[in-house]
Amino acid sequence: MRSNRGYAAFLIPGALLSLVVIVVPLLMNVGISFTRWQGVGTPEWIGLDNYTRLLEDENFWASFRNIIFLIVAMAVVPTLIGLVLAAVLFDYVAKEIGPRTASALRSGFYLPQVLPVAVTGIVWGWILNPSFGALNAILTNAGLDGLAKNWLGDPAYALYSVMVVMIWFQVGYPVVMFMSGLQRVDPELYEAASIDGAGWWRRFTRIAIHQIKPEIYVVLVTTTIAALKIFGQIFVLTRGGPGNATLVPSYFAYQNFFEKAQVGYGSAIATVLALIIVVLSMLFLRIQARDEQKDAA
Amino acid sequence: MNRALRPAILATLTALVLLVLSPFALVAVNAVKSPDEYATDGPLSLPNGLHLEGIADFWIRVDFGEKLFNSFLIAGSVAVLAVIVSVLNAYALGIGRVRGRYAFLVFFLLANLLPQEALVYPLYYMSKEVGLYNSQIAVVIIFTAIQSAFGTYLLSSVYATFPREMLEAAAIDGAGKVRTLWRVVVPISWPSLSVLFTFFFIWTWNEFFLPLVFLISNDKQTVPVALGVLQGDRLMDATTTSASALLGILPAVLFFLIFQRTLSRGVMSGAIK
Repeated sequence: MRSNRGYAAFLIPGALLSLVVIVVPLLMNVGISFTRWQGVGTPEWIGLDNYTRLLEDENFWASFRNIIFLIVAMAVVPTLIGLVLAAVLFDYVAKEIGPRTASALRSGFYLPQVLPVAVTGIVWGWILNPSFGALNAILTNAGLDGLAKNWLGDPAYALYSVMVVMIWFQVGYPVVMFMSGLQRVDPELYEAASIDGAGWWRRFTRIAIHQIKPEIYVVLVTTTIAALKIFGQIFVLTRGGPGNATLVPSYFAYQNFFEKAQVGYGSAIATVLALIIVVLSMLFLRIQARDEQKDAA
Repeated sequence: MNRALRPAILATLTALVLLVLSPFALVAVNAVKSPDEYATDGPLSLPNGLHLEGIADFWIRVDFGEKLFNSFLIAGSVAVLAVIVSVLNAYALGIGRVRGRYAFLVFFLLANLLPQEALVYPLYYMSKEVGLYNSQIAVVIIFTAIQSAFGTYLLSSVYATFPREMLEAAAIDGAGKVRTLWRVVVPISWPSLSVLFTFFFIWTWNEFFLPLVFLISNDKQTVPVALGVLQGDRLMDATTTSASALLGILPAVLFFLIFQRTLSRGVMSGAIK
């Protein structure tokens, strides 16, 4: 029998690296959040003042309100669309028309996902530009001048415009994940259900969705976390504006760190965001572990 | 399903895909127009021939070759280093089953999920103290840590099911732990490592936030940062913006085509982000 001792040494480089890049900075960030600090000189201890200030800060609440909208756009809507598309592609297109067509369509939906986030911002920043953008030009050409808007510059539309961009960006990920999950579904289950007279919709809701629950979980959790962390698209498209119409926590923290030199306050925002993400991930791990036990039982 | 529905479903799906792909088409079409042509014909007309000056001018103005080189250098170094660190960690956690491995795995998972905002200021401050601010080395070190956290989590579960007989056979042959890792574990898990390498490379290539903070001088910047900070610049008109978008899209789509097989295999084996 091979001894299990002596393996710990292999962890040393990775542990040191994590210590320097993740553990120490994270603790420092929490520490700084209890101080007033401009990034130079000595931080001044102010206890929980930054956190009480957060609770009264309209921008803080706006950033979290906007994040809820972005969770809808990045997690909820793509999951729902993804379920329908994956089911149609897998259950209908692949079987009736051919697997090549299905995988070509899948690649098409997935393509936006391969772009760097900043590049999606550049593409859409141009399309939605009020003076030289493609969308308004198309609307004007079609005689629909009235519909042409300042998509990103008008507080009434900015957040919805960003939401549409994010749906476009995200939708391919659930399609790919769910299609691969559906491959696990036992075809006999489907056949049995068909013989029992279950229509396509019933098979989809009763069998498919139930069988790919793990994928649905994973997609919802990873996309929700991605929405909570969104930065690049906001930076390129709107910088959180107009006003705070599209402000998000990560950009709000960035502003305080690097534009306003309110490092303590920025650290408090970042700490709250980190806490929410960690709690959400732990919750997910729990649910996953519980489900695995249930399945094993 | 009803046969009569077939053309309707196919038409709907095709329309949806075309809608998703339309921004790419708009960018491609307008990146090769002259500004005058865009002003008179608008964004929807097909270009009258290939007007590549917009792309060429933009390439020279931002020194795009240099940005490509920087991105390759950073993403490539991170991918190699993060795979190495992941292998070492996963060897200890997945095969060696060192004590406290569950806590380590949870730590690595959370480390990868943490928002970079919660690390950025101390990292920025520390890098200034040690003279690594505005240096690609700092970016490589940080992303090696972040990406290998995910790699460790994933690879440990792969190594947990590594065939024990092979390890024992190597031990009987007198191979030590280092030799077993190098001669047995790495070659056998090569497919998983190539998936990880691909992910790390593309993820690092696409990163924006930390490179934006750390690489302030123009000659150090990566492709997404150089393109991202130019938005809103008054020199960016419609055709120049599409040219810049096209230059940002092309490498990403190229990687996608090259790595599609590896990627889809990886996505399907549950490697998710």
